Amino acid sequence: MTEMAHGTVVVQSGEAVLPRWWRTVDRVTIGCILALFVIGILLGFAASPPLAERNGHDPFHYVSRQAAFGSMALVVMMLVSMMTPQTVRRLAILGFFAAVAAVALLPAFGTDFGQGATRWYSLGFASLQPSEFLKPVYVVFTAWMVAASQEVGGPPGKMVSLFVTVVIVGFLAMQPDFGQAALIVFAWCAIYFVAGAPMLILVAVAAAVGGAGVVAYNGSEHFARRIDGFLAAEVDPNTQLAYATNAIQEGGLFGTGLGEGSVKWTLPDAHTDFIIAVAAEEYGLVLVLVIIALFATITLRAFMRLIKERDPFIRLAGTGLAALLALQAFINLGVAVRLLPAKGMTLPFVSYGGSSLIATGILVGMMLTFTRSRPQGEIGDILLTRHR
Amino acid sequence: MSLRTPLRPLARILPARQKGENPDAIERENLRLRHEAQRDKMRQRAESRLILVALCFMIAFGAVGTRMYALATSDVEEPELVTNGASIVNTRADIVDREGRVLATNFVTNSLYAHPHEIIDARAAADGLASIFPDMDADALHRRFTSETRFIWLRRYISPEQEQLVHDLGEPGLLFGPREMRLYPNGSLAAHIMGGASFGQEAVNAAEVIGVAGVESEFDEVLRDPARGDAPLVLSIDLSVQAAVEQVLAGGMAMMNARGAAAVLMDARTGEIVAMASLPDFDPNARPRPLTDGEAADSPLFNRAMQGVYELGSVFKTFTIAQALEEGLVNVETMIDTTGPLRMSGFAINDFHYYGASQSVEDVLVHSSNIGTARIAQMIGADRQQRFLGQLGFFQPTAVEMVEASAGRPLLPSRWGELSTMTISYGHGLSTTPLHLAAGYASILNGGTVVTPTVLRQDAPVLGERVVSEEVSQTMRGLLRSVVTDGTASFGEVEGYAVGGKTGTADKPRTAGGGYYEDRVIATFAGAFPMYDPQYVIVVTLDEPSETSGPEPRRTAGWTAVPIAAELIRRAAPLLGLRPTIEPLGAYQLSSASQ
Repeated sequence: MTEMAHGTVVVQSGEAVLPRWWRTVDRVTIGCILALFVIGILLGFAASPPLAERNGHDPFHYVSRQAAFGSMALVVMMLVSMMTPQTVRRLAILGFFAAVAAVALLPAFGTDFGQGATRWYSLGFASLQPSEFLKPVYVVFTAWMVAASQEVGGPPGKMVSLFVTVVIVGFLAMQPDFGQAALIVFAWCAIYFVAGAPMLILVAVAAAVGGAGVVAYNGSEHFARRIDGFLAAEVDPNTQLAYATNAIQEGGLFGTGLGEGSVKWTLPDAHTDFIIAVAAEEYGLVLVLVIIALFATITLRAFMRLIKERDPFIRLAGTGLAALLALQAFINLGVAVRLLPAKGMTLPFVSYGGSSLIATGILVGMMLTFTRSRPQGEIGDILLTRHR
Repeated sequence: MSLRTPLRPLARILPARQKGENPDAIERENLRLRHEAQRDKMRQRAESRLILVALCFMIAFGAVGTRMYALATSDVEEPELVTNGASIVNTRADIVDREGRVLATNFVTNSLYAHPHEIIDARAAADGLASIFPDMDADALHRRFTSETRFIWLRRYISPEQEQLVHDLGEPGLLFGPREMRLYPNGSLAAHIMGGASFGQEAVNAAEVIGVAGVESEFDEVLRDPARGDAPLVLSIDLSVQAAVEQVLAGGMAMMNARGAAAVLMDARTGEIVAMASLPDFDPNARPRPLTDGEAADSPLFNRAMQGVYELGSVFKTFTIAQALEEGLVNVETMIDTTGPLRMSGFAINDFHYYGASQSVEDVLVHSSNIGTARIAQMIGADRQQRFLGQLGFFQPTAVEMVEASAGRPLLPSRWGELSTMTISYGHGLSTTPLHLAAGYASILNGGTVVTPTVLRQDAPVLGERVVSEEVSQTMRGLLRSVVTDGTASFGEVEGYAVGGKTGTADKPRTAGGGYYEDRVIATFAGAFPMYDPQYVIVVTLDEPSETSGPEPRRTAGWTAVPIAAELIRRAAPLLGLRPTIEPLGAYQLSSASQ
């Protein structure tokens, strides 16, 4: 009975799935996710009626869709987080090949919805953005490859994953969707870094990304305008960025009050990419800081749990997923306050968007799986296994 | 089993072998231990790196939070242009016509904005504004005036009367910013040439005016150049002639039930466009929005004279005959076989009327024989025809100084074979703008040198490349004069001005599918006056005219475009300073030309 005294989690064969899940899963993170979801619905009530009106729907069309997709996302998240890491890995690898195929076939079968970039499949009742679903499964694939390469006599996983990354980034850049491409590259870097990458290679990757940025700046007018807009001291007062900045200023500490904000009438992306501007205007800095704190908590807790993780695959996959979530949130928030150049990216769980919500549900579900507490070869675990 | 890992891997295997035990289990155990040791080492390394990554994210989130705090506690600023330093004053030059009459100028007015925190009585201000500006909603304004906003745009520019009314509200929170707006005092006159202007960068105390179409856009930088001073941009347009042309054309278009109409009046020697009109038109002071669907030509913004490419029909016969004379292939008396129909690769060329088995070149033009012209084109051949039409500028958009000019790119046949040569000789299979046609007629009739159309006033004749000789030019004047005196354009006679020209009636191509409409035509008259010494070239084009005074609708150019052209000349010629005179005898020397 010594092991009990050491506070170890005991693997009891025959323990029911749900109680064990509840005991081992990170309940604080689940709480944070639920809080974000509720905030998202709350902001949807404020941000989306103008758009619904413009598109000829009833005022809460987007809110009800958000609630439906969000609930689906939460269910998916719970279900995924109940699986074992092995099951998650197997399903994710299968999903990975499907998602890559879907992204590759976009130029042939996708639509651009008049927005200039072919990123979606139109399913009639909803649209599907395969690159959203690609991100979580890509992380699992990469983690699997890199972890396998560390085994004695394992496959050359790092090279394989690097090659796959380059191919996927190529597909995404063709759409063009530089935001998702950047997220993919970043996820690979994070995984590789934690897997013990030599600093030299990371510096090289940073240089390559910088070089690609310079090429894109010179080659793409769209890209160059974004960067110029970011670097210019003065904001053109008729851009989304200026409206967002204005909204944050209007909001002040405690906001203009429910329904009093005006930015949602001028910002076309008020319910997606600039949802934080609506939050800042109507609820003030307080709610923004709460949102930031929620994301920070989720990120921090994931990393703290992963530090204890002994299995390299689980550690790397968890790292990649947590980094992806945190980075996406950071980019969305950073753009609104002009810390980063303008780049459309949804705020996970808060922004409107069916594909994005469900894909984030899968992502967080996987992250929860990988951060569930399990025997980690600490002294108690060792004793336990040796007595078997 | 012990927890201790042996120092030497084989230390346990060798004794085990001696004892006859299976060493594989021990080897597996060793492997597992090594594996675990490696994992632990990696975990240690990963631990520090994970902490580093987590730290990075915390710094990032912290930065966002700090920045949010800094933004949220700062104040909303009024938009002020810092980039230009001083305020934007009258930097856009006026545009005047060839006589110096104002076509476009600047007008100082005010923009209207509000500082809600300075508004004393929001209800009264909102109600007052709503009564001055009927499209404003009092309740919405009141809501905005009572919000936390510190700055609201209300109007980009208001009239002096509206300004006075707002003043009379006596509300200190309603403020005016000086605004310079572009004013076209003549309204819709020469609308397509002027184009229009709108605001670029805006601030409270000034706004940039930028050209969006026509000469305003083409010469935007020139007009904004501060080094110009007060020097206006001088156009070749004559305002009074332009007004006459637009008025007559509008009346004619209504009378002929046409869908659209265009007219060009051009100086035959310099290529200056004295008047150019396209109907329906618009008021550049309030440019309509471009159409988002349907045909571009349906928009009043569309300049039919310069952007519309049409198959213009028999007016092209002039070029075929001029070239045949120039090449020495025929003279005006040469008899041409006009028995029809003329069959060519499954395509039959017919004439409207039958005038006998053969006609002289003069009669081919006067009676507008398709068969005769096609036979002459066969003598010329595709290569020479292409070179000639190319010289006259029919293969390129006109070089006229307006941004829309490049839209008027002629449509050429994809394969220019013998059949194309024959149909193009009488104006089918090659689509050009009325402006191209005017320049082509000017080049043939002014003595034989190419003119380039321009909207800027020229102070001296512009001599281009020679296309036909002086003699051929003279002969063509005589032939075209005969078309009016004896031929299809008999309604074109204006006493004292010796009008000459050629008609063209072309079936409109169907918009969907191939082939042509049977009851929709483009009717054109192209000519010049006075014919013994052509000063001005005129082109009138009607889109789908039908003249209904007779028992059945008449659509040919002789009945539709020609009377309008005659009326235009009757009105414009005196304004242009031409006196009615008696035609000098033997002015055209028909027989002496060629061979």
